[in-house]
Amino acid sequence: MKHIRKYSKKWILLLSIPLILMLSGCSELTVMDPKGPVGEQQKDLIIYSLYFMMGIIVVVFVLFTFMVIKYRDKPGRDPKDYKPDMHGNKTIETIWTIIPVIIVTCLSIPTVNTLFDLEKPAESSAEEEPLVIYATAADWKWFFSYPEQGIETVDYLHIPKDRSVEFRLSSADSMSALWIPALGGQKYNMAGMQTTLYLQADENGVYQGRNSNFNGEGFAEQTFKVHAESKSEFNEWVKQTQHSAPKLTQSKYNNLLEPGILDDTKEFSSTHLQWVDHGSMEGSDYAVKRHWDAYGKKLHLKNGKNHNHE
Amino acid sequence: MQLDEFFVTGEPLIYAGMVAIALVTSAVIFLLTYFKKWGWLWREWLTTVDHKKIGIMYILSALAMLFRGGADALMMRTQLAFPDMNFLDAQHYNEIFTTHGTVMIIFMAMPFLIGLMNIAVPLQIGARDFAFPYVNALSFWAFFFGAMLFNISFVIGGSPDAGWTSYTPLAGAAMSPGPGQNFYLLGLQLSGIGTLATGVNLMVTILKMRAPGMTLFKMPIFSWSSLITMFIIVFAFPILTVALALLTIDRIFGSQFFTLTGEGLPMMWANLFWMWGHPEVYIVVLPAFGIFSEVIATFARKQLFGYSVMVWSIILIAGLSFLVWVHHFFTMGAGAFVNSVFSVSTMAIAVPTGVKIFNWLATLYKSKIQITVPMMWALAFIPSFVMGGVTGVMLGMAAADYQFHNSYFLIAHFHYVLIAGTVFACFAGLIYWYPKMFGHRLNERIGKIAFWFFVIGFHVCFLPQYFLGLDGMPRRVFHIVPEWFNLNVVSTVGAFGMGIGFAVFVYNIYYSYRYSEREKTGDPWNGRTLEWATPIPVPEYNFAVVPHVDSLDAFWTMKERGESPYDESKVKPIHMPSNTGKPFIMMGILTLASFFLVFEWIWLAAAGLIGGIIMMIIRSFDYDEGYHISSEEIIETERSARGL
Repeated sequence: MKHIRKYSKKWILLLSIPLILMLSGCSELTVMDPKGPVGEQQKDLIIYSLYFMMGIIVVVFVLFTFMVIKYRDKPGRDPKDYKPDMHGNKTIETIWTIIPVIIVTCLSIPTVNTLFDLEKPAESSAEEEPLVIYATAADWKWFFSYPEQGIETVDYLHIPKDRSVEFRLSSADSMSALWIPALGGQKYNMAGMQTTLYLQADENGVYQGRNSNFNGEGFAEQTFKVHAESKSEFNEWVKQTQHSAPKLTQSKYNNLLEPGILDDTKEFSSTHLQWVDHGSMEGSDYAVKRHWDAYGKKLHLKNGKNHNHE
Repeated sequence: MQLDEFFVTGEPLIYAGMVAIALVTSAVIFLLTYFKKWGWLWREWLTTVDHKKIGIMYILSALAMLFRGGADALMMRTQLAFPDMNFLDAQHYNEIFTTHGTVMIIFMAMPFLIGLMNIAVPLQIGARDFAFPYVNALSFWAFFFGAMLFNISFVIGGSPDAGWTSYTPLAGAAMSPGPGQNFYLLGLQLSGIGTLATGVNLMVTILKMRAPGMTLFKMPIFSWSSLITMFIIVFAFPILTVALALLTIDRIFGSQFFTLTGEGLPMMWANLFWMWGHPEVYIVVLPAFGIFSEVIATFARKQLFGYSVMVWSIILIAGLSFLVWVHHFFTMGAGAFVNSVFSVSTMAIAVPTGVKIFNWLATLYKSKIQITVPMMWALAFIPSFVMGGVTGVMLGMAAADYQFHNSYFLIAHFHYVLIAGTVFACFAGLIYWYPKMFGHRLNERIGKIAFWFFVIGFHVCFLPQYFLGLDGMPRRVFHIVPEWFNLNVVSTVGAFGMGIGFAVFVYNIYYSYRYSEREKTGDPWNGRTLEWATPIPVPEYNFAVVPHVDSLDAFWTMKERGESPYDESKVKPIHMPSNTGKPFIMMGILTLASFFLVFEWIWLAAAGLIGGIIMMIIRSFDYDEGYHISSEEIIETERSARGL
């Protein structure tokens, strides 16, 4: 009996570590503390699934602990407790086949619903047309083109809050993924095709965005800041950029496409969309043809300050 | 090409690697010469077609690869321990996570399990060897040389650096010029040939060479899981072969299958890769399930609960494994409907897997658990694997996966399933069958120390990574930000714990070789299945008399009835295959050809390929029919091995 107590204490302790970690840590984790309806929906789904998962873990751990403690081979055990020829039991096997089926069904329904929801702008801002931003990844930087506003930014992004943003994702070269964990999940940027990602911010703030899909040496530095602000602040910023930023010329754009990391963010009062659509088959070799030799060159990138926009 | 382009220069760590390779190679050459062991090496090992020896070579190579992949892992964890760490630069880090992944999956997990199958499956089904012993040797040398070709890349030519998934267009000629990526393609291609050949070989062995009376549903569960695994290999590996060939042609001969130019389809690579890659996951985890089932039944002193359900679960998992590959890239934007289908098919795998977990638990119910080291590994598997399994289901929920994808949540998940599943099983299986291979057990006390270091280290290493993922830390970044510091440093401590566990395990091999008591019977664990019916050391012909089987756990039944597996009156001469050096030479030549192709020295590569074909022709005119072992010799061997 002393034996059992010793062991069960250890197991309770082991069991409680993840629980404590989870309870204390969850509220601070970016994904679990989203700043917009898309991330909110995904967080709800994650929390919902966590209940099932914790349930499964608890059941298995309790059964496991019970079996290992109770049925250890030790002197003085009741011989009736040992049934070496027990080979199966139809009823109980059917029960534990049906239970996982039910759990999977319970998880499938909200998953499928959310999947379809995520393909359209968030409901909370349905009365307003989403803001269209073309997000183009290139080794190792981000171009954000606002076609309606006629402006383009590099390595940073301004969005109005409480309005859905329709990102049209593509890549000038390698496959990347646009991920702003505080706002919601990611999607791939691929050359020669266009994917659509809806995100929305409901709170003012500056959020981390990045490429999350490995694409070579500068991958870790391919990050950008998302400035979510009120609609009037956003409009002010747009106006200012339209007036003070230089026009983006094709040769300037071509230079920017050269693989490498840009020191500073940039903004322009015109977009690259007028001469190339990386999201179409015709646009897929635009960057590679122009910078063929540069892709093979190494940056010899070390940990440290590799650009000024974090 | 200049010499400094041929050898990798400028990295102190890599220079250290070169020195280590030079020292170890000269030490091996010196020892072999000093003790006059070259002839022994050639006769007993390099030319052997005996499945037991080939199995040992597989496992030794896999342990070496575990060391290499583990060293890679520790270097990565060191770099990620602190936010301002500059132990590895970006390029070096990229090379190391690429080789870590490739080595661990292709050159560690799979060969380790195939090695254990080599040892155990023929013995479990009462066979005298593989169906095609020559092909078995060929498979091993294909794997071994493929692994060597891949591993040499870090000192010669440069390591691949596009991730173990090697996604195009990154891995194409435009963005990854040079030999690195070619090493990946050709190393995998060579060893893939070996795996495919093993797939056919072991499938035929299990289907055609079982002892009389052993119907499929009287077959030990590990053999069952091996059979199903071979089916997966035979259906999945051709996809990899084709994908690798297409990318090789792209890179070396300028075709445009996966390129950005010429209307190539880079995303096709991701599809082909995972159409192989997902079944591959089950290739390394189903045999693990088989091992755990054997070990648990043996040390619970009880029949496996729900044997036929266990078998059907394996078959169902194998079937589903081909229908879920899109879940590796839900974020590619295939649309809500496609993602829904693959989401549901992915989660469906949880059903047969969950059933298996409950069956293992039920096997423990009313059992008599003996806590031996293999059993400890098997027991640790159950809770650990469940933690990996449930997070797998979470990842399978596509809408949530948009947040998990490419993050440390994913890293934590697949290490939880692959380490708790495959690596624990490799340890359990190796320790369990160790006496069959080497004639003595591994020391239990040291084994337990290694176990606790490794298992605790494992949880300390990977549990924090779930939370890092939820905090937005992506995989494959070579440095962290201060917000991720605490959990990363914990994770690094855990990784070194695992490293210590592995070191203690290796020390145990040496210690037990010196000090462990030699086994006197063939049945050290009081086993249930036929491999324990053979004496130790296992004679080259395995069974002097092929046993007749009429129940599951055939050897257990024999022991209960008081029958001996050996009946001297029934001994007849046994036909055995001759040793041959041809597989070694053939694969050696093809490896040379591959090496030339890596550097795109086309004519040399062509000459090597012709050399390989000539070896095949020579093999085709090989009329060696093998030899017979006489009854007298068998009786003498059996008497001395069984102490009669």
